Amino acid sequence: MEWSAADLAIVGLSLKVACVGTLASVPFAIVIAFVLARGRFWGRGVLNAIVHLPLVMPPVVTGYLLLRLFGRRGPIGAMLEQLFGIVFAFRWTGAALAAAVMGFPLMVRAIRLAIEQVDRRLEDAAASLGASPWWTIATVTLPLALPGVLSGLMLAFAKALGEFGATVTFVSNIPGETRTLALAIYTYTQTPDGDAHVWRLATLSIIVSFAALLASEALAKRLERRR
Amino acid sequence: MIRIVVRHDLGRIRLDVDLTLPAGMTALLGPSGAGKTRTLDVIGGLFTPSTGLVAIDDDVLTDTARGIAVPPHRRRIGYVFQDSRLFPHLTVRQNLEYGRWFTRRHGSGSITFDGLVSLLALEPLLGRHPARLSGGEQRRVALGRALLSSPRLLLLDEPLGSLDAGKRQEVLPYLDTLIAELRLPMIYVTHDWQEIEGRASAIVRIDEGHARSTAPDGSNVPFGS
Repeated sequence: MEWSAADLAIVGLSLKVACVGTLASVPFAIVIAFVLARGRFWGRGVLNAIVHLPLVMPPVVTGYLLLRLFGRRGPIGAMLEQLFGIVFAFRWTGAALAAAVMGFPLMVRAIRLAIEQVDRRLEDAAASLGASPWWTIATVTLPLALPGVLSGLMLAFAKALGEFGATVTFVSNIPGETRTLALAIYTYTQTPDGDAHVWRLATLSIIVSFAALLASEALAKRLERRR
Repeated sequence: MIRIVVRHDLGRIRLDVDLTLPAGMTALLGPSGAGKTRTLDVIGGLFTPSTGLVAIDDDVLTDTARGIAVPPHRRRIGYVFQDSRLFPHLTVRQNLEYGRWFTRRHGSGSITFDGLVSLLALEPLLGRHPARLSGGEQRRVALGRALLSSPRLLLLDEPLGSLDAGKRQEVLPYLDTLIAELRLPMIYVTHDWQEIEGRASAIVRIDEGHARSTAPDGSNVPFGS
């Protein structure tokens, strides 16, 4: 099977969107997961529900909400453009944002479970040795929760790589900018004589997924061995 | 001099502790479930009782009446937990250096890393992770880790508990050396009289949460003074 430069460019764009979206959401996911795992405050249930919404809502609705909030005329979108010059609408950055939002519940969930598994008595030990609460989080809680952070990262990445509904609604299907693998494959299924192209892209998408799975397995094994 | 007052309803028992301890090693002796560990947690700042006072000389660490509760990481009280609580993701060397790094500004006093490693015979263990240590070795590392955080008081919670007779011999001689060489105030919690016989300079019995000591001059020290 021969892949054209355009096919590989689509894979490259998909990987860029998925990687940037996933990595950029990690710090937010850690903070939210921590608050949900440890916080005892009014409205915790509501926060938890909001975080999980993208998992339950039709992706088109998530995409539409993103468009209203982060579009150039949306309240957040307009502010970000004015203050930092960041534009999401109809750009690959918007595709990354959509991917990040869709993967966020999976990432938060995995990290939260990992934080809940951390033995609080080890944190007491750190405090008795002079570590402030922040240092304890940085040197004990997070390192012990690291396997959960990585598995959350992988789940969110997988979700990001296959994201379709929210992306197409928020940033449309622009070749070279927001047309990721999933969107390209869909486009060619709608094109007469697009079958051969669909096959080429579908094969590529299977190869990418397979490589990602193998890489995450290898990483998990390395972490295991460190213990 | 260390002053400890704790009153707290634990449901099953009522903690009622009023102690004035001299420097040196004090044994807190009592059956399991008597409130020994909970009392140590109050001293270390890990548990705040409904009424309590903890002071080392003139330094008040807990005083519920005045709303004082110094957080545990600022108390400089070393705590050797019954379950060791070594950090599983760090090597023995990193475990030992953990507290030293946070308390380095206080100076290490008479305890140096190399000195302690040789005193506790930890040299062969430094590169290992806690999961690869025997029970006795884990206790020794926990002891060394607490000591390297340059504490001004050391809490020992059943440091020989759940070790069989052979394993106890892996720890006991080192403990004796430490008591003799470091002259650090210690509170040693145990249910076993034999462990502390001949070692402790004062013995306080605790039963059903109740413990009393008398001041050095023999009179009871009133609460709050």
